[in-house]
Amino acid sequence: MLRVEIHHRYAPDTAFGSAPQGGRAFDLEISFEAKGPVVALCGPSGAGKTSVVNAISGLLRPASARVTLGNETFVDTAAGRFVPPHRRGIGSVFQDGALFPHLSVRQNLAFGTWFRTDAKGAMGSAEMARLLGIEHLLDQRPATLSGGEKQRVAIGRALMARPRLLLLDEPMAALDADRRQRILPVFERVRDEMKVPIVYVSHNLDEVARLANDIVWLEDGRVRAVETGMTHVEPDRPIAPRLH
Amino acid sequence: MLDLTPDEWEALALSIKVAFWATVASLPLAVLVSYALARWRFPGRSALDALVHLPLVLPPVVTGYLLLLTFGRQGPVGQFLESWFGIVVSFRWTGAALAAAIMSFPLMVRAIRLSIEAVDRRYEHAGATLGANPIMVFLLITLPLALPGLLAGSVLGFAKALGEFGATITFVSAIPGETRTVPATIYGYLQTPGGEDAALRLSIIAVAISMAALLASELISRRLPSRSGT
Repeated sequence: MLRVEIHHRYAPDTAFGSAPQGGRAFDLEISFEAKGPVVALCGPSGAGKTSVVNAISGLLRPASARVTLGNETFVDTAAGRFVPPHRRGIGSVFQDGALFPHLSVRQNLAFGTWFRTDAKGAMGSAEMARLLGIEHLLDQRPATLSGGEKQRVAIGRALMARPRLLLLDEPMAALDADRRQRILPVFERVRDEMKVPIVYVSHNLDEVARLANDIVWLEDGRVRAVETGMTHVEPDRPIAPRLH
Repeated sequence: MLDLTPDEWEALALSIKVAFWATVASLPLAVLVSYALARWRFPGRSALDALVHLPLVLPPVVTGYLLLLTFGRQGPVGQFLESWFGIVVSFRWTGAALAAAIMSFPLMVRAIRLSIEAVDRRYEHAGATLGANPIMVFLLITLPLALPGLLAGSVLGFAKALGEFGATITFVSAIPGETRTVPATIYGYLQTPGGEDAALRLSIIAVAISMAALLASELISRRLPSRSGT
């Protein structure tokens, strides 16, 4: 269960770290509850989707907020609690991957494991690479990868740190339809096999329909609609027999 | 072609020693100040920025005089260093290095700060979400990505330190073998009848070293976009 409550005002200037919406003042008044395991954040550009994601990961420190996942509280401004991003264990996949350009793919994948003292149950870089179909890229630098390859590495990198929640902020925005179709199953495996809950930001309703259990529709910094408890039909149990 | 006298060799070697230590010793502080100016918002940030740039616009003789007042044997810092650590910088080569470090500091900070500002913050954010604390993010992400700027700034600072004259001669004078660097030697020759040839020889060397340093600095910083770009 993910509970998010954010009240934040971006100052109306272009100064550092504020006002992402073209410099105008912007109020964020968000409150929702979602069961998951996949929660989709939808809405037009400038609705505040990325701000919500950043508040969950800790990159944004809202004026007033309460963010909890299960019985873990990440932020509770009323109680003076703010867990810094590096202690939250929340993985993020950014739009174009944001892979470290000075490290090889292998090092990118391993990065998150360098800060975990408990190696128990950790997947090796090689195993993760096999799972994502990027074994042949391990010794390359990110600059030589295609957009789809970068995204696979970024997903692998986030998963290697064994996050308790995975934030995907328009992870396929830079990819063409063909590549989207090939990466989508990766997210399904993360959801179904690794059991990592996901917050998924997207404009693409097809993707959302395929992945999400809950949809939170944002507009102008507010929650317009919430739809919860959608279930997905497993491909190996076709719905066709039920039709007659 | 360059038949330097032992005195001139001594001045050249001393200059290189002074400039080397001035650069190496001030680099950590330059990185810290650059990072603070590039990434932190704190009260007094503008004042720090101005203070760092002050030696660039202040008459060097004023900088040297202020150094004498604070780090001289009668100065508060100078007295403290001598009584607690037995360190004397006035009229020593270490004092020349201190003067050179302060004079080249603004150039170093400018180059390093630009390279830190050029590091895409999303890499730092990604590092944090992967569990790296701020110090690890700095060491494993920011610093390696800003490395070309660090090198360029150091080379530039070294070149500037090599040529420092005004503050050095005011603070530590020009004692042969101790504080008489290349610029002070050139100045000395020009004050001596018949010293023009020697002054010209050393000047050519100074020009050559400075040109080489500027070119090296430019070459290194040109690598910057290709390193931190996506």
